[in-house]
Amino acid sequence: MILGLEFPPLGHLVAWPTFFGDDTLGVNKVVLIYLFAVLLTMAVFILGNKKRLVPTGMQNIAETAVEFVEDSIIRQTMGTKGLSWTPFMLSLFFFIFFCNIFSVIPIIQMPATARIALPLFLAVLTWVLFNVAGIKEHGPIGYLKHALFPPGVPKALYLLVVPIEFVSTFLVRPFSLMVRLFANMLAGHILLVTFAVLSAGLWTPKLYAIVLPLPVIAVIFFTAFEILVAFLQAYVFTLLAAVYIDSATSHEH
Amino acid sequence: MLFAQAAEAAGITDTGLAAIGYGLGAIGPGIGIGYLVGQAVQAMARQPEAAGMVRTTMFLGIAFVEALALIGFVVFFLSQG
Repeated sequence: MILGLEFPPLGHLVAWPTFFGDDTLGVNKVVLIYLFAVLLTMAVFILGNKKRLVPTGMQNIAETAVEFVEDSIIRQTMGTKGLSWTPFMLSLFFFIFFCNIFSVIPIIQMPATARIALPLFLAVLTWVLFNVAGIKEHGPIGYLKHALFPPGVPKALYLLVVPIEFVSTFLVRPFSLMVRLFANMLAGHILLVTFAVLSAGLWTPKLYAIVLPLPVIAVIFFTAFEILVAFLQAYVFTLLAAVYIDSATSHEH
Repeated sequence: MLFAQAAEAAGITDTGLAAIGYGLGAIGPGIGIGYLVGQAVQAMARQPEAAGMVRTTMFLGIAFVEALALIGFVVFFLSQG
């Protein structure tokens, strides 16, 4: 609307035509990004698995990534006993990162996580995993007791504490995991589109075209910022998955 | 869509209200994240050897506080219809 500029409706920013298949099971750009991210994640695992004494190329990247996930995610939250979760955490981190980073790769420029389906699936996967891990560790009754009855609370207060614990553990956790990833990536995508549309609208032989550098600089700045966000959201999602699994399986109570 | 219908039923038709609502919703998390990161930086400056642990906990705290602002962001889009 500014300067007679028409911003596309928000629903159009993430909607892509279906290449083939019907509406429910069709393949569009976002599905292709998922598949490509899966292939890239597999490539990291396969190419990083050479086990040479002096690492080169892909092995270097893979070893740095494993070290990062083990040291700053798993060891900090789950301790040494959580190291058996490394393959899951590593694939989760890489898959989310590759899905996110497509928001800044030229021509593609669409984060696959800006459609709710992928964050929803990943959040449900994490929810199922931490519950199954907790039930395996404590047994079904023991797990419910561990999750809903924190020790050291006066008996009467359990009337209040148990519903709160139930909502925060079983409902709010998956919901906030989903919304955090989805909303962050969608917000970044909208920011980039806004400044790109503004730059394109200012590309005119009118006097106000002299402010054109401002949105162009903003696009460049936010593209760099989006790379950081893509990494940070993958890190935060993996970190929270580790924290949830640890709190479901811990014994300190 | 849902919120837009509810707003219409209540006689509110100005979708700009959603933007004001989101702005109000972002105040709390803004203060929260600012305070949280400030305290974390102070902790890291006082005890550099604990920096790794403080950083992980800081990101965890940010993730929890930020969820509130992001829910506001999603509600904003829902109410836009």
